[in-house]
Amino acid sequence: MKKRFLSTFALAGVAALTMAGCTTETGTTTEETAGETTTEAGGGEEAASDVITVGFAQTGAESGWRSANTESMQTAFSEDNGFELIFNAADNDPAAQISAVRNFINQGVDAIVIAPVVEDGWDDVLAEAASAEIPVILEDRTVSASEDLYASWVGLDFEAEGVKAGEWAAEQYGDTETKMVVLEGTTGSAPANDRAAGFASAIEGTMIETIDSQTGDFTRDGGKSVMEGYIANYGIDGIDLVFAHNDDMGLGAIEAIEAAGGVPGEDIKIITIDAVKDGMQALVDGKINYIVECNPLLGDQAADLVKKVLAGEDVDKAYYVEDQAFDQAAAAEVIDSRPY
Amino acid sequence: MTLLKHRLFWPVAALVTLVVVNVIANPNFAKVTMRDGDLYGNPVTILRESAPLMLVALGMTLVIATRGIDLSVGAVMAVSGAVSLTIIADSPDPGSLGTVTVAIVVAVLVALVLGAWNGFLVSVLGIQPIIATLVLMLAGRGVALLITGGAITTVTSAPYKFLSNGYLILLPVAFFIWVAVVAIVALVERRTALGMLTESVGINPEASRLAGVRSRGIIWAAYMVSGLLAGVAGIINASNTMAADSNNAGYLIELYAILAVVLGGTSLMGGKFSIAGTVIGVLTVTTLDKTIQFFGVPPAQSPVFFAVVVVIVVLVQSPRVHAWGRAASARMRRTPSSGEPPTGPGAASAAKKHEEVAA
Repeated sequence: MKKRFLSTFALAGVAALTMAGCTTETGTTTEETAGETTTEAGGGEEAASDVITVGFAQTGAESGWRSANTESMQTAFSEDNGFELIFNAADNDPAAQISAVRNFINQGVDAIVIAPVVEDGWDDVLAEAASAEIPVILEDRTVSASEDLYASWVGLDFEAEGVKAGEWAAEQYGDTETKMVVLEGTTGSAPANDRAAGFASAIEGTMIETIDSQTGDFTRDGGKSVMEGYIANYGIDGIDLVFAHNDDMGLGAIEAIEAAGGVPGEDIKIITIDAVKDGMQALVDGKINYIVECNPLLGDQAADLVKKVLAGEDVDKAYYVEDQAFDQAAAAEVIDSRPY
Repeated sequence: MTLLKHRLFWPVAALVTLVVVNVIANPNFAKVTMRDGDLYGNPVTILRESAPLMLVALGMTLVIATRGIDLSVGAVMAVSGAVSLTIIADSPDPGSLGTVTVAIVVAVLVALVLGAWNGFLVSVLGIQPIIATLVLMLAGRGVALLITGGAITTVTSAPYKFLSNGYLILLPVAFFIWVAVVAIVALVERRTALGMLTESVGINPEASRLAGVRSRGIIWAAYMVSGLLAGVAGIINASNTMAADSNNAGYLIELYAILAVVLGGTSLMGGKFSIAGTVIGVLTVTTLDKTIQFFGVPPAQSPVFFAVVVVIVVLVQSPRVHAWGRAASARMRRTPSSGEPPTGPGAASAAKKHEEVAA
């Protein structure tokens, strides 16, 4: 009996783990279908001879950032710009993504754009694309395969985002004694690691002291809960600065500070990374002090690269998209014109 | 000695130990301050933040008592948060009490329907509870994402915010909500025959059916209550940050709820359940969550820390470990002079190995 109950519990655990994978999937399916329909509607008319057919293998639609990225790609590779886009979202499944790329090769597209789910396992399929003489452009994430197998990469530098945020903090608060707490992103994720490293290197040698650092899992709830703990432990007066690895955790921290009777942006300064709409609004409202953008709008650069590569021009192996950064005044100017 | 025998002794002991260790390590853990006539501080935060898990675990207790399990509670929370915030966001007057009332009632009704669906699958169609509720667990968040259009819906609405962030007399509203729900459930289950009937269904469904207990209705109702409470939990959760985050609301809460129920002394085998135990279990889990922060456990190590503490708490509560403890102390008193087979070093080491395994 005991054994049976134990195995039931284990099953529950397994089921829950499966769920972690599948929730995103269920969410994405709807968006993916939506994405696919628009593309089909766009590419419905038969292409003229000078139309460039591009296969785009997206990771999925796991976040608002990703949706904005997909939209940017679809706009950039539109019919008006001389492209026919075949869009595929892999629901974060590396195998599905590789088979999608293989499909693109079989269809004989002119170029392939990939936002790889994982870094490894790309050698074979990239070699196939190379022997079919189809250039491959990587977007956002990169691969571990040899550089010879793809034409170029365009994406963001998480560490530079951290550096940018840290430099501003050092400039503003570095000369006075500043006690800082950190709301980390999901433990072990690349943006969390790189942003932390970049920020730490930028504030080295200043009077900013990190008194505590915990993970808020990139969520509002997490950010709020961790911030409440900080406030209970150090008090509103014991904390001068919050560095949150994304906007959502920063927004949670705002709630926690307000609930404890403090004024976010005044009593406790807040620096975040991402620049999504809600974050920018909080910046305009004076509740956040500085936001470094993590730009999902990589479409234009990717489209540009595809054209250059097909025209036989030389391109670099890597293009870092410059992230902007906003203080409160700058945010007020741009908030209405921002597409995401 | 009778105190030691009380079934809530070990759960309470675990919670008290956890709190005491925390207070010794960092006195700020228990610091409570008065501001504008309200209490603030970490203990108050624990009481407030316990609310969603408390409601979910309470429903889970009833479901587990019927030998079932409800894996869909996290997804139901996401749906109910999404429904209520979408209604408020789409209304012309998000701050009015009427709008908020409508939003809450509709969200709770939707959650009730989802619970009824689970109950239907389990009690009428006879599907295994894990599989039956897995359906909603997988599909629920998709539904929530559909409702919010894939985005995080945010609103500004004072009455809605009051649910999780407001204060009544001295303490947060969310605390009073869970106390009220616990009181209602305890009254209904323990002051009527319902609790006993639930336990009898859990202990032996066939025997209870033959004895004239309508097990189908009781099981069905347990899942409906679980859905309903998950719905309320979803509303409180959404009110906490005033945002409906369909991907993360109530994420993995089903497992923490099961953990809390088990820590409270309710067996996953079904049958006897303890509402007071669940309350203690939830407070233990929430306190543990804050412990990680106050100890300053680095995020990379915090899951291990959590796991180690949970293992210790579970071991401390295990009757078998108690029995071993008693046997060991009895053996110590008898002094170890009992006969050992003098057949050489091989046998001796084998005997020793056997001891180690037993220990």
